[in-house]
Amino acid sequence: MTATVAPFRRMVGQRVPRKEDGRLLTGRGQYVDDVRMPGLLHCAFLRSPAARGRIARLDIAAARELPGVHAIYTQADLAAVPVAMTTFFFTPIEAPLTLLADGRVACVGDPVAMVIAESRAIAEDAVALIELEIDEEDPVVTIADAQGGPPVHPGRPSNVAQEMGLPEVPEPVRAAFARAAHVVTRTIRHQRIAQSPMEARGCVASAEGAGELTIHISCQSPHLVARYVSSALGMPQEAIRVIAKDVGGAFGLKNMPWREEMAVIVAARLFRRPLKWIEDRFESLTASSHAREQEITLTAGFDAGGRLLAAHGDCHINNGAWPMGEDCNIAVHMFMWPAYKLPAYSFHTRGWYTNTMGLGGYRGPWALESLVRETLLDKAARQIGIDPIALRRRNLVTAADQPMTTTMDITVTDITPAECLEKLVAAIDVPAFRREQVAAREQGRYLGLGVTAYVEPTAVAGIMTPLTGETAQLRVEPNGKVVAMLSTHSQGHGTATTMAQVIADRLGVAYEDVTVFEGDSSFGSYSPGAAGSRQGVIAGGASWRAAELLADKVKRIAAHLYNASVEAITIADGMIHIAGAPEMSRPLREVAEIAHGEPFRLPEGMETGLEAQYRYQPPPMTFTSAAHACVVEVDADTGFVTIKRWVSAEDCGTIINPGIVEGQIAGGLAQAIGQVLLEHMPYDKRGNPLAATFKDYLMPAYGDVPDFEYLHANTPSQTIGGMRGVGEGGAIIGPPTLANAIADALSPFGELEIDLPFSPSRLLDFIEGKRP
Amino acid sequence: MSEHRIELTVNGRRHAATAEARTSLGEFLREALGYTGTHLACEHGVCGACTVMVDGAAVRACLMLAVQADGCAVTTIEGLAAPDGTLHPVQQALGDNYGLQCGFCTPGVAITLAALTADGAAPGIGALEAAMSGHICRCTGYQGIRRAIRQLAGEGA
Repeated sequence: MTATVAPFRRMVGQRVPRKEDGRLLTGRGQYVDDVRMPGLLHCAFLRSPAARGRIARLDIAAARELPGVHAIYTQADLAAVPVAMTTFFFTPIEAPLTLLADGRVACVGDPVAMVIAESRAIAEDAVALIELEIDEEDPVVTIADAQGGPPVHPGRPSNVAQEMGLPEVPEPVRAAFARAAHVVTRTIRHQRIAQSPMEARGCVASAEGAGELTIHISCQSPHLVARYVSSALGMPQEAIRVIAKDVGGAFGLKNMPWREEMAVIVAARLFRRPLKWIEDRFESLTASSHAREQEITLTAGFDAGGRLLAAHGDCHINNGAWPMGEDCNIAVHMFMWPAYKLPAYSFHTRGWYTNTMGLGGYRGPWALESLVRETLLDKAARQIGIDPIALRRRNLVTAADQPMTTTMDITVTDITPAECLEKLVAAIDVPAFRREQVAAREQGRYLGLGVTAYVEPTAVAGIMTPLTGETAQLRVEPNGKVVAMLSTHSQGHGTATTMAQVIADRLGVAYEDVTVFEGDSSFGSYSPGAAGSRQGVIAGGASWRAAELLADKVKRIAAHLYNASVEAITIADGMIHIAGAPEMSRPLREVAEIAHGEPFRLPEGMETGLEAQYRYQPPPMTFTSAAHACVVEVDADTGFVTIKRWVSAEDCGTIINPGIVEGQIAGGLAQAIGQVLLEHMPYDKRGNPLAATFKDYLMPAYGDVPDFEYLHANTPSQTIGGMRGVGEGGAIIGPPTLANAIADALSPFGELEIDLPFSPSRLLDFIEGKRP
Repeated sequence: MSEHRIELTVNGRRHAATAEARTSLGEFLREALGYTGTHLACEHGVCGACTVMVDGAAVRACLMLAVQADGCAVTTIEGLAAPDGTLHPVQQALGDNYGLQCGFCTPGVAITLAALTADGAAPGIGALEAAMSGHICRCTGYQGIRRAIRQLAGEGA
């Protein structure tokens, strides 16, 4: 009877063309440096060339005389506006943070003064004319320096920013180690990373009207920036409009506005002219927040059969002088073991202040747990004499083990790392690889296989202040087209695409007829945007439910108008169909026009218009699982690593768009390859950052990244829609996968210490037997 | 600061403007002429994001001075698609293959590939891939760019 009804067009799961591409492929995006305003002036910062000391002299007279210079501000000027900076957790910052240096500098790159000028070039000329003298003191650079050195922030009792856990290994763990057949220890020294989005930081701030601010900023959530600035400056959030139409990558660096952006915002209020600041690459590398520098030693005890008995982790974070978190990365310990059956875990963890640039966010901030655990498991496999895949099979959490609560009180109910591992192993012929490896070694070629498994918490909501639910506001306009005002934000994530797919699917309209609006704090609702692999899950769920609510309203109106039961109405491809009456099919537009313009034709008491809103508060955490494998060849003559194959088997639940999911995995894996082989922001003993250009800071390039292969498991989560987050996974599981492959390849030379990055010279030293 | 008057065509349109000797072509295109599709990402010639075509050759607009482009024909990303809006095959291939995420490096990538495939030239995959060694993309892991190159070289993504 309903044969003539168009088939429901499933949009969830399709590789549709991205909504974002039309403008981005033709040069018509709007990134922050593309914003022009009448009267716009440009800012540049004078930064400290010394890591630690007292400002002895700061003379701006010559710079002030340069034609085109409008103003030069120091902290004494900016102090006219009280600013209450907070951490990413929205807690007060304990270090004595000011927007510009206040008498002392605590790292190279500390902003000391800001110039406001006609052009960026003139502003930079003026910066060069400012005379700055610093009474230098010996800096505290490394974690070892921090433990014994003078306080980075005078007046604080020590350099410990935060400490959790206990230095003493507790009795149950010690007892387990004592009875263990094998005790294995792995130490990781993780280098400092510069997040390096292709678009560096920047903002345009304009003070308008009755105490209002318009801010264009390269960020991860305009709503979070509005909330942050509102809180920092004590202004009503409604007075602050934050716009970020297009952002050239962020990766955690742009989680929140930091000193320079806040200085520009404050200066725009003081100077009453719109101001722009665009960070250059030198600043981006050396004076944007860094990431990752940390050391960890993990010890694990196994029984004779290779079953985990207990583990202890001892971790240090080099937070720098002004970290965005001032924390000790407790998440490393929280998420060390949810994928594995481990009876006892203890830890000690400290975050240290040093005279280096402060740490900020970076894709998978707790990723150290997977790196140290998975490389420890491979070391244990070699030590015990068991296959590394077998060792994981023996210890991974399976469906039968769940629900399971870890010793860190993390409960998992639906994770699938064991299933992902089996999917992965089925796709790679491990025995054939081992035969090839043996044959290759006989020819002096060193092949290696790395296999890893993990779970990660995604879409965290409701247990950390900034990480909340998401809101979808939908409207069918009188012309029958759908507009969606969302709390999402894309810095490449393609949220306009995926959310439109969800809405089209659940409402029953064409993907082309859905337009998503995001990137402006003046519509939608608060969310932290891209932070913690959350938008596909939470905003996906909000869009999913809002579209269903809207479809319900359409059906109720249609049932009333066309004398049918609500159950008989379906919506597909923008047409309303009535079961059993194909001749009665009507365009959605007809219902929309009536809903908006002819209230007397609506059911009694129904709200006019055709709108729906839903704010989705998901479960506190939604876990994503994966297992990865990679095959490498290490050239024993040069130390160069060639990645020959990489397979990802992940379970991110319902996939809205496989192209977007695979793009997220690939991007994270490329960053993982950079972390393991290339990227390094070193500091010298005087606290100078040594990678000042992309010739020194080696980004993964086209030839460094192999073709990735993807296997998708699709175990729906407990969220609306069943999605699981996928933004960070590649950057979490990628590093141990590659490190394990390299260590496997070089195992004939001994046990490779994980001291990143594995530069050719470092690997060559190992191959040649030069041990530190 | 010495100002110089220069004339050039950009995407077929004639422009006359003044530029300081020190102004890069990239900054000039963006600030003086409004072609903001050209993105300056490293300003030291490594990342390739600012690549434009000058007299048909792919050039890093951060390393060429505006005054050096006097009398030249420049093509930016805004000039790649046909006047009716039909995407250039390179743009189409990048879009078809999820070859971009944030889009900041994309104009340079597209211009380099367009310069190599201009006037019916059919370079092999090797030449197109070799040219990508001059571009950094932080988002995609180059997967979609590689598929786009295979599509352009007629070997299927």
